[in-house]
Amino acid sequence: MEPEAVRLFSIFFVGVLLTLLAGFYCILTSANLIRTIIGMEVLTKGVTLLMIVAGKAAARMALAQALVITMIIIEVAVIVVAVGIVLCVHKYSGSADAKLLRNIKG
Amino acid sequence: MTNLDIVLLICLVAAAVLTVMTARLLRSAIALALTSAVLTMLMFRMDAPLAGVFELSVCAGLIPAILISTIGLTRRLTPETLEVRRKELLRRFWYLPLIIIVVAIAMTHVSIPMDFPPPPPPAAIGAREVLWNLRHVDLIGQIVILLAGAFGVAVLVKEIKDGT
Repeated sequence: MEPEAVRLFSIFFVGVLLTLLAGFYCILTSANLIRTIIGMEVLTKGVTLLMIVAGKAAARMALAQALVITMIIIEVAVIVVAVGIVLCVHKYSGSADAKLLRNIKG
Repeated sequence: MTNLDIVLLICLVAAAVLTVMTARLLRSAIALALTSAVLTMLMFRMDAPLAGVFELSVCAGLIPAILISTIGLTRRLTPETLEVRRKELLRRFWYLPLIIIVVAIAMTHVSIPMDFPPPPPPAAIGAREVLWNLRHVDLIGQIVILLAGAFGVAVLVKEIKDGT
């Protein structure tokens, strides 16, 4: 791999890692289920950036773009279903508190 | 790679941290849209315009709109509950910011293996050709997932109707 591509990947990899850690931090420390979804979104941003940078470094942008588009579509479906679940939890428990999920049976 | 790319990368990380650390959910959702917008700029800078357009329209437009409507439909946690949860979580995960800092510092010293196979000769193949000709099975998966998402929207709309 060309030195310029290695340099690009190395620099962006640090940013990707920080974004992923921010997403993990949000998921682990949030009490609100909506914030957990937001944390998932931040994680997805990190993965998207990683795929684009890997595609650029390996000179395969067409494949990287196709995969990113697929990922965005999956992301939307996941978010919408997750939001539906949050609204159901809110309807039955009156709160979007993640602690209350422990009381769900069945 | 230019300095502008590095500035955009720093902006992306800052926007992601702002999304995570902002106390109010509405501001967090708006910061998420900002993160997507910055990522879109990076995509355009890296010759990925098609993915950039998807990112801008879906991730910076649709998803924050869904999140904001959900925030409007749910009740805010009481300040007392939030304080209790915050203290509880901080007690459990006090070491996470330290891990982030240590890993970030360590990553600057670790060499990443770069023995990827050599890239193919530059061909005039675009993302559309890859999606339609090479990875057309993905499209079937995308359609199934979109249908699952449509069911999710149906649940969401049902909840909105029940809520009013």
